[in-house]
Amino acid sequence: MGSFDFNVIERSWVYLFREGMVFTLTLTGLAMTGGIIFGTVLALMRLSSVKALSRLAGAYVNLMRALPLVLVIFWFFFLVPYIGAWVTGADRPISVGAFWSAVITFTMFEAAYYCEIMRAGIQSVARGQVSAAYAMGLNYWQTMGYIVLPQAFRNMIPLLLTQTIVLFQDTSLVYVISATDFLGAAAKVANRDYRLVEMYTFVAVVYFLISSALSMLVRRLQDRIAVFR
Amino acid sequence: MGYNWHWRVLLETEPGGTGTYLQYLVVGLGWTLATALAAWVLALAIGSVVGTIRTTRVTWAVRLGNLYVEVFRNIPLIVQMFLWFFVMPELVPKAVGDWIKQMPPPWGSYVPAVLCLATFTSVRIAEQVRAGVNSLPRGQRMAAVAMGLTETQAYRYVILPQTFRILLPPLTSEFMNIIKNSSVALTIGLLELTGRARAMQEFSFRVFEAFATATVIYLLVNLVVVLAMRALERKVRVPGLISAQSMQAGH
Amino acid sequence: MISLKDVSKWYGSFQVLADCSTEVAKGEVVVICGPSGSGKSTLIKCVNGLEPFEKGEIRVDGISVGDAKTDLPKLRSRVGMVFQHFELFPHMTVAQNLRLGQMKVLGREESEANEKSLKLLERVGLLAHKDKFPGNLSGGQQQRVAIARALSMDPIAMLFDEPTSALDPEMINEVLDVMVELAREGMTMMVITHEMGFAHKVAHRVIFMDGGRIVEDAPKDAFFGKPRSERAQVFLSKILHH
Repeated sequence: MGSFDFNVIERSWVYLFREGMVFTLTLTGLAMTGGIIFGTVLALMRLSSVKALSRLAGAYVNLMRALPLVLVIFWFFFLVPYIGAWVTGADRPISVGAFWSAVITFTMFEAAYYCEIMRAGIQSVARGQVSAAYAMGLNYWQTMGYIVLPQAFRNMIPLLLTQTIVLFQDTSLVYVISATDFLGAAAKVANRDYRLVEMYTFVAVVYFLISSALSMLVRRLQDRIAVFR
Repeated sequence: MGYNWHWRVLLETEPGGTGTYLQYLVVGLGWTLATALAAWVLALAIGSVVGTIRTTRVTWAVRLGNLYVEVFRNIPLIVQMFLWFFVMPELVPKAVGDWIKQMPPPWGSYVPAVLCLATFTSVRIAEQVRAGVNSLPRGQRMAAVAMGLTETQAYRYVILPQTFRILLPPLTSEFMNIIKNSSVALTIGLLELTGRARAMQEFSFRVFEAFATATVIYLLVNLVVVLAMRALERKVRVPGLISAQSMQAGH
Repeated sequence: MISLKDVSKWYGSFQVLADCSTEVAKGEVVVICGPSGSGKSTLIKCVNGLEPFEKGEIRVDGISVGDAKTDLPKLRSRVGMVFQHFELFPHMTVAQNLRLGQMKVLGREESEANEKSLKLLERVGLLAHKDKFPGNLSGGQQQRVAIARALSMDPIAMLFDEPTSALDPEMINEVLDVMVELAREGMTMMVITHEMGFAHKVAHRVIFMDGGRIVEDAPKDAFFGKPRSERAQVFLSKILHH
């Protein structure tokens, strides 16, 4: 079996969690928030009766869903500095750093997936609700804001949360732009101390525990919601 | 925007001397597809078994199947990739481990990548098989068995043909997912399409040409697979049999 | 032909059948009725072993259904069953539906199976639809095909589980007509139904079930004329006046 030194985990514990896990969780939180907001906008665009809007949003969503996340990470990593320069009028690409590049990437990427969940959720709200709202004199935005979206969100919360767990796991891919998320931090320690087996096993176990705990919470939430129907 | 496009780079020879950059990328596509196909076939086999087991009433088998699903579903793909590449050779008997470690590239990367993608995807397929088998009305099995067919015959002539049609859409989208997920194998040295686009970017400094070409190739593959699936679906369609319209929340 | 003795069945701690006993002689037509949840469907599914039972004995043509050594597929091939939701195999044509059992269970040659199938389809009036898929047929047509499918196995008895309950009213009669003809030809039948007109026409006996028990088991005229149990009377009055 060889000589495994699991103490390396103990020694690098603080670094792994204070640097790595914080990176991962912050990235997940920001991307989730941004992704849901942008995803809702995309969903509304796709459901709009203005052909141009729905086609544009549709094309964006289909593009994001057809490409590997790794490729999209590279795209934004190289693209964002140029866009930053264009926006701020600088003459050279602005250096953004791995973290913010990742935040933008995951927000834009996950929005496509959140969009599809939102779209189904909005469509699942009975037509009669919209008719009743309009009959009362509410306009489109009021109907959306007070009647449709609140109901849609309640229906879709379990799926949105499940997608967020997927997002949490996907953030590990920032490895390809050498960012120091939880996996990246573990990889640095692993290569420095030549303890690949111990570190990567540890990473797997931590991700497993967090993901399955979160999944269990979502399942329990789903049961609670079902009772209220 | 301050970027000079230089598409001719695709026709320049790549540093390894194997051909133009375009050819270099297309070979990468070949590796992507080779990995995806091998993994998909393996995933189908494993996933069907695990999925079917979970519909039976054998408690210990169902528990084992559930554990398998939980483990491979809660660990990120890249971490699983590292486990197969770095950790697995150390956990098997020394002779086997040494043999694995001295496998020449690209097989040293290809085999772990295929195994990783296969087990990762088999979990999703297992879920879809389970949902598909359960979505069939219970009366179908009863009617088959009431006629005198044995369980095996019932599965073979009545249940599985219908389950196959129900599962066709989700299984094809899983194939698309494997193609996308194969890009993660670049982290263990497999030179598939995305990995080569990255290499091309590093050697030629032509960032956007490299990634744009890779993007176009992925989109074309996507188009071909979607069209092929639609044609197949049309061919085996049977009136009155509703195929599972599952919501694909996740990638 | 079919005999049930003290049959009892539990789902966990809930008893669905309690000491059910009855006999169906060869050529007899027995109608089973009762409120939903009374166990009628469960009872009939015990007869061909689709549902297991914990206590009692069921014999079909002398063979014990509950015996572990009984070759159930073989037994089932001799007893035809027609379901409430037809349960035709949607991925096969009408003709293929009829041939499957004959070829795979009875081992008939395709030509022989085909010939028999066509004859039966003509008998139920659906020969023209032999190459259609069940999805293209109406409910009444599907159920008639289902009856033909059951008959293709040359059964010694037929079990019907609410065959017309899922049909639109205008299609009920076309199915009942086929069943009436079957009864008149001397088929042994156990039929769960609320169609009392059918019972009047061809039933020899009527069984009333409630709460998992056989509450009443009488010849047709006695049952309709003067049911002895109060529950049967209440039930009858409700369904005869709808």
